[in-house]
Amino acid sequence: MDIWLKRVFWAGGGLFFAIGIFGWFDRLSNGHLNTDYGSVIPWGLWVAAYVFFIGLSAGSFLISSLVYVFGVKRFESIGRIALFQALVTLTLALLSIWVDLGHMSRAFNVFAYPNFKSPMAWMIWLYTAYFALVAVELWFLLRRDLVVGARASGVRAKVYKVLSLGAKATSDESVNRDRKIVKVLATVGVPVAIMFHGGVGALFGVVAARPGWNSGLFPILFLLSALASGGALLMLVSAIFQGGYHRNSETIVALGRLVLGLLVLDVIFQASEWLVSGYGNVPGHVEGLKLIFSGPYWWVFWVWQLLLGTAIPIVILATKRGHSARWAAAAGGLIAVGFIGVRLNIVIPALATEEVVGLTSAVDNPRITTDYFPSVMEWAVTLGIVGLGLLMFGLGEYLLPNSSEEVSHVPA
Amino acid sequence: MERMNVFDALDCTTVLDDPPAEVHVPAPRSPDTGGKVDLDRRQFLDRLLATGATGLAAALAGGYVLGSTVAPVFASDPEVSTKHKFRYGMVIDTRRCVGCKACMAACKTENKTPPGVYYTVVVEDTRNSEFDRPLFMTKPCFHCEHPPCTKVCPVSATFKREQDGIVVIDYDRCIGCRYCITACPYGARYFDFGENYDITDSGGAWADVPSPEYNQYRVREDGESPIGNVRKCTFCLHLQDADGKYSREEGRWPACAKTCTGHAIHFGDLIDPESEVSRLLVERQAVRLKEELGTEPNVYYLL
Ligand code: SF4
Ligand code: SF4
Repeated sequence: MDIWLKRVFWAGGGLFFAIGIFGWFDRLSNGHLNTDYGSVIPWGLWVAAYVFFIGLSAGSFLISSLVYVFGVKRFESIGRIALFQALVTLTLALLSIWVDLGHMSRAFNVFAYPNFKSPMAWMIWLYTAYFALVAVELWFLLRRDLVVGARASGVRAKVYKVLSLGAKATSDESVNRDRKIVKVLATVGVPVAIMFHGGVGALFGVVAARPGWNSGLFPILFLLSALASGGALLMLVSAIFQGGYHRNSETIVALGRLVLGLLVLDVIFQASEWLVSGYGNVPGHVEGLKLIFSGPYWWVFWVWQLLLGTAIPIVILATKRGHSARWAAAAGGLIAVGFIGVRLNIVIPALATEEVVGLTSAVDNPRITTDYFPSVMEWAVTLGIVGLGLLMFGLGEYLLPNSSEEVSHVPA
Repeated sequence: MERMNVFDALDCTTVLDDPPAEVHVPAPRSPDTGGKVDLDRRQFLDRLLATGATGLAAALAGGYVLGSTVAPVFASDPEVSTKHKFRYGMVIDTRRCVGCKACMAACKTENKTPPGVYYTVVVEDTRNSEFDRPLFMTKPCFHCEHPPCTKVCPVSATFKREQDGIVVIDYDRCIGCRYCITACPYGARYFDFGENYDITDSGGAWADVPSPEYNQYRVREDGESPIGNVRKCTFCLHLQDADGKYSREEGRWPACAKTCTGHAIHFGDLIDPESEVSRLLVERQAVRLKEELGTEPNVYYLL
């Protein structure tokens, strides 16, 4: 990792995390008082962030299984970091949705009293399985390196010792066994990841009360955007970590092509969703669309989502620039950030309509309005979660076995 | 003041013995009766015959009266309807609503709901300038026959009570995810953010007065349920007696209906064909909101 990149990285992570502490403090001591969503738009920034992170996780997991299930050599060097990214972003997603609950301490009720008619109950159960699966898979992937590393001295060795959970074997046999286990886990993980992320799409798609969500295309759209955003972030991450763009340059460029294809496909699906519902011109349906295109937050769509997150990266990746790992990684970063806009536009505009005409003018209350902009506290909490993610990536790079070293390892 | 309904006249045989042609009957309103109506209709006719109302019964059996409006009066599913003791609902007369919002005030006082939580709101429809009169309607929870809100709850904290069809929330189980708010097509659910009116804030005169909701008599405390929960109209079920009955005479009647200055809110048991609500549905032109979603609200509006 380049020195300046490293500095920017740690500084950014630390700053965001510090801002987050204020947000979380406010959230934990005052509950939902200082949030800006209400009862007309009951879900806001945190739910959008959750959908964003969970998409990243599903996407990067599926890309890692290209390596561990389908044996795609091209991406082998970033298999580990893809899996690590899946774990980190999953953690961030769970934090984002947890902080959104009215009673955070009751999250366990989903296990105690699940209602399997609710897509949300399914989500939580699948996440739990998926979390365990990713963690175990990652451990087996790193096990040999942890055992070897634990033999040295110093802080890292101590950490390795703890993380290796008492495993000792470093023989070829044991490594082969690990590989097999990883393959099984990764194979099981593929349908799980498809199910839960398609399921997140269904979570929105099944709500007949919100025409903007109620579409059979949603689960598919969510899967596509997961792959595109997860792959895009992976381009940026592997340009920074695990040897960075010097070592991973070919992989990044190859990944760029894959992401470009996925992104274009995603755009086609999105466009078809909008065109069909727009053509129908059913009021409830187009109201949300109008908000996306020409509402007070039109720039989220036109500038953030379309220009920065789609048009510019497509131009970069489709032209000669895309052959340079640095440019490709930058494009990946843009796409990933652009998808935050996509998520906001999925969650909020579909909610920002009166369900019964006159509802918002019947009472004069800031919670009963179709206008929503996240409050300072909401931003701070979310920034804190992002900061935590950056720090986790940094610590992972610092503490976990580096896959750039892995290649040179000869099994002892 | 009690109003007279067509069904009040059912007891009066002179009217009913008249030939069918002279019986004033409302026309069917909506075509989607479905097959399930038949049994209910037969029960209904049996009852009519039992009261000696042969003339009207013959007219009804002729088939041109009982459209969809009558069917839901006797609950949607014949098998379920015999098991259920009550199916409470409302018939709200938009012609009588003057938009005074007394129901909102009564509800707030009864249930002690905080700012931002409204178990009923009075909305004014200003879309249609051709209306020669303002159109107000009070909008409680409709206690839908097929509530989409309960289905999505990940922890089954909100459900429809078997015995009376009232959709309730278990405040101690609800995790506050607000999925149900997104799923309700009628804006009937509100999240309790923990805000207070001056009078209910700590130190305020009302701060320690509990809310009778669900007969739980909770005193409002920071961070404690129902803060952080989703809340909604309960048809004031805390006013039911041990048998699940309300009594208007004893004042145990939903606060909004009790207080309505224009007598626009009619409340009662939709299973009971003699109840005021059942009679009104037969007598008058009733609509339910967003029928296309199949939620089958138990709250009707008279136009
Ligand atoms: S009106 Fe809304 S909250 Fe009430 S039962 Fe129907 S869907 Fe549920
Ligand atoms: S907010 Fe409460 S009642 Fe509503 S869906 Fe979530 S847990 Fe269920």
